[in-house]
Amino acid sequence: MKPILQRYSVHMLLVLVGGIVTYLAYEEAIGLYTLSVLMFMGVNIILSTSLNLVNGNMGEFSCGHAGFMCVGAYVSSILGVLLFSKDKVFGAPLLDPSLALYCFPLIILAGGLVAAVAGLLVALPSYKTRGDYLAIITIAANYIIISLIENLGVIGGSRGFMGMKKVVNAMNDTVDLPWMVIWVFLFTVFTVWILRRYNSSTFGKGVSAICQDEVAAEIMSVNTNKMKTITFMLSSGLAGVAGGLFAYIIGYVNPGSFNILKSTEVLVMVYLGGMASLSGAVMSAMLFTVLLELLRPLQIIKWVVIPLLLIIVMQFRPEGIMGNRELSDIFPKLKRFYRFK
Amino acid sequence: MIMQTQNTTTPSAPVLEINKMTQRFGGLTAVSDFSVTLGHNEIAGLIGPNGAGKTTVFNLVSGFYQPTEGKIIINGQPTAKLKPHKVTALGVARTFQNIRLWNQMSVLDNIRVAQHGKLDYGFLQAILRSKNYFKCEERIEEEARELLKVFDLDKYADELPTNLPYGLQRKLEIVRALSEKPKLLLLDEPAAGLNSVDIQELIRLVRWIHETFDVTIWMIEHHMDVMMQLCTDIKVIDFGQTIAEGTAEHVRNHPAVITAYLGDDNI
Repeated sequence: MKPILQRYSVHMLLVLVGGIVTYLAYEEAIGLYTLSVLMFMGVNIILSTSLNLVNGNMGEFSCGHAGFMCVGAYVSSILGVLLFSKDKVFGAPLLDPSLALYCFPLIILAGGLVAAVAGLLVALPSYKTRGDYLAIITIAANYIIISLIENLGVIGGSRGFMGMKKVVNAMNDTVDLPWMVIWVFLFTVFTVWILRRYNSSTFGKGVSAICQDEVAAEIMSVNTNKMKTITFMLSSGLAGVAGGLFAYIIGYVNPGSFNILKSTEVLVMVYLGGMASLSGAVMSAMLFTVLLELLRPLQIIKWVVIPLLLIIVMQFRPEGIMGNRELSDIFPKLKRFYRFK
Repeated sequence: MIMQTQNTTTPSAPVLEINKMTQRFGGLTAVSDFSVTLGHNEIAGLIGPNGAGKTTVFNLVSGFYQPTEGKIIINGQPTAKLKPHKVTALGVARTFQNIRLWNQMSVLDNIRVAQHGKLDYGFLQAILRSKNYFKCEERIEEEARELLKVFDLDKYADELPTNLPYGLQRKLEIVRALSEKPKLLLLDEPAAGLNSVDIQELIRLVRWIHETFDVTIWMIEHHMDVMMQLCTDIKVIDFGQTIAEGTAEHVRNHPAVITAYLGDDNI
């Protein structure tokens, strides 16, 4: 009995949590506000864990994560509206709106895929540059993406792009379930699952080798350029997935919401959680989302308090909440209860 | 598996052949007109005063720099325009003057990650955890543990390298290089920072590696006693120029070498 319990404990827990949240949302037992906080929590987890792959595991400093999020958001929004909803610009839907439900994950993944390709904007320069210089390139990449979209009148330019709510409604009309909650939950689990597997394989550990000593990594047969490309593309692709979900939760995107401030927000989550710690990134994303909501009454003063918190964290616990360790390193007994493969 | 005996047939091509190699950095000629041929299972040395260009020669052989002029041929294959990890795949492994282990990874992982070039699965299989993935990971772990056991490091498998004494870190770096199953092993000052007891240990270790593994060893070292005891052939360079070559005894009494190390009589 015990090995089976150990083997499937994580799966069961996830099904349980996902099931409860979906049920509560379905019964409208939790308000729309709480629900949207929960969904943003999922998006933030995707963002912080994916940025942690670059900033924590690979040891580079990327501060343009929101740019890739923006690419994902726009691509999946445009695809969704183009295919499944009547729009002033794109005209009648190309496909039957009742198919939206089945195609939705593909639309989000397509956004992620294009964002991954946009990740090459940072991956290619990373062959020769690193550290501070690469950080500047990531900022530049963020600006390039934002400015490009701001100047594309077809998709609304700086006014933004909308119409995604119709796609969400089409999904809910097909099968009456809180679909956005379900998709956000599934994609969050999917992200953590991918990253966990990537990081624990010998292949993925090549990334840590690059972080700890790039010269030794290259000499010890790690194809560093290839690993950097894969890592940057994976990281920005997942940011694109987060962006797509974000767009569909809000129902509206504009380039202004993916500027450097958003990137900084993600950076705060990564540093709060602890570098190279997957469980740290998950926990800090949850904590940060809740904190943002709790501080909402402070209004604009919020942005004084949160950076202050960061200063305090850096002063008294510079390694973050988890600091390079996973949950199972701190509580080794936990290993008895679950198994990750 | 790892241990191979010496009685394999000696291939005709030399393990390393450097032909009139020159390396310039801007106006500075770091290595000039350097030639060497290392045969199968040979053990040779490279010495010279500080800044003579010894490490540059190693960096050129391991693919970090591309020589300005001349050719490097490893196991019959020219290394021109190859990235270092490709050169490693040709059968070259090296250690560094200042130890370059991955310090936040366990000793076992240090050996495992060094097998990166020999993984027979890629990104997708790592995510999907195919049968092939498990087979490959299992094989790598088994081989790594076996290698650590051979060198009596297995009890530190889960330790971080920083927690090991200095001498063992040096040893681990050599073991990590050997895990690449090289035909040519480059040791860059393996005795640097070791005390006299550790140095004797190192000499025994290098000799044992030479006898047990089917590998040509080329080393840079300042400790002459290490060179005298190990190397059959020593090359001396100064300011990038080869100034002497031969047995340890010959090199030690060579006037050019004495001048290079101690300076001229005339002041």
